[in-house]
Amino acid sequence: MTTQTTETAPLVPSFDAPESQGRKLAIICSKGNLDMAYPGLILANAALGEGVETHLFFTFWGFDMINKKTSGDLKFTMLGNTATHMPQGLGGIPGMTHLATSQMKKAIADLDVPEVPEFLDQIVASGGHLWACRMSADMQHLGEKDLRDDVEGIISASDFIELTEGAQLLFI
Amino acid sequence: MPTTTIAGHAVEVNDEGFLTHPDQWSDDLGVELGRLIGIELTDEHWKLVHFLRDDFGRQGETATLRRVSTQTGTPVKALFELFPGKPAKKMAYVAGLPKPKGCV
Repeated sequence: MTTQTTETAPLVPSFDAPESQGRKLAIICSKGNLDMAYPGLILANAALGEGVETHLFFTFWGFDMINKKTSGDLKFTMLGNTATHMPQGLGGIPGMTHLATSQMKKAIADLDVPEVPEFLDQIVASGGHLWACRMSADMQHLGEKDLRDDVEGIISASDFIELTEGAQLLFI
Repeated sequence: MPTTTIAGHAVEVNDEGFLTHPDQWSDDLGVELGRLIGIELTDEHWKLVHFLRDDFGRQGETATLRRVSTQTGTPVKALFELFPGKPAKKMAYVAGLPKPKGCV
């Protein structure tokens, strides 16, 4: 360990260093399970807190995250998920998905992490951009009125690629 | 740990410049820390900085942006306006605390 004394220029964190400016992140959210909604939300929130321009593109089952009817009602199931380390047969018992979902929601709330709709509110308040996938909207016969009001548009995959030129990309 | 002089006080900081001893902080120092990162502290800033200090005293760790927002009733958007770009880190810096560790 070294000790040094600087009398003139104090050591100041480089919060607004030019090299950290202009960074962009694109997150494609394609899943509608409760447990698969969170990774994208947490990373988007973290990126925004670091001053990174962040765009989320909701596609296929990820539409459930921004569909007003389903956004607050995503579920977690043990079925097909070996990471619960429980016998798979248990997951098929009636009521088990409901139970697993309640437990996961409680575990998330205990960490003071918001539910999906509120988390998206926070992301938008932090400057995040929400986009819906055109093809998913057409397949599910959904329009702008069915989605959160802060979704900026229903756009094609090419539009999203164009919009996020130069961005780092995450597919979830 | 490097020692640096801010507003006439010799303080210990980490490699990034964050204070390593929260007890070396004072309101005077807070004013200068704000100035160093381009923020002139208003009453609204002070309310948040003092919350961070008090909360750190109680919890032993720096509040995340969400915690600051929910506990002080300040909308997230306002936090980004008061401490632009990297609000959680800037707030912690001005308050003489470590960067928050929590994810959300």
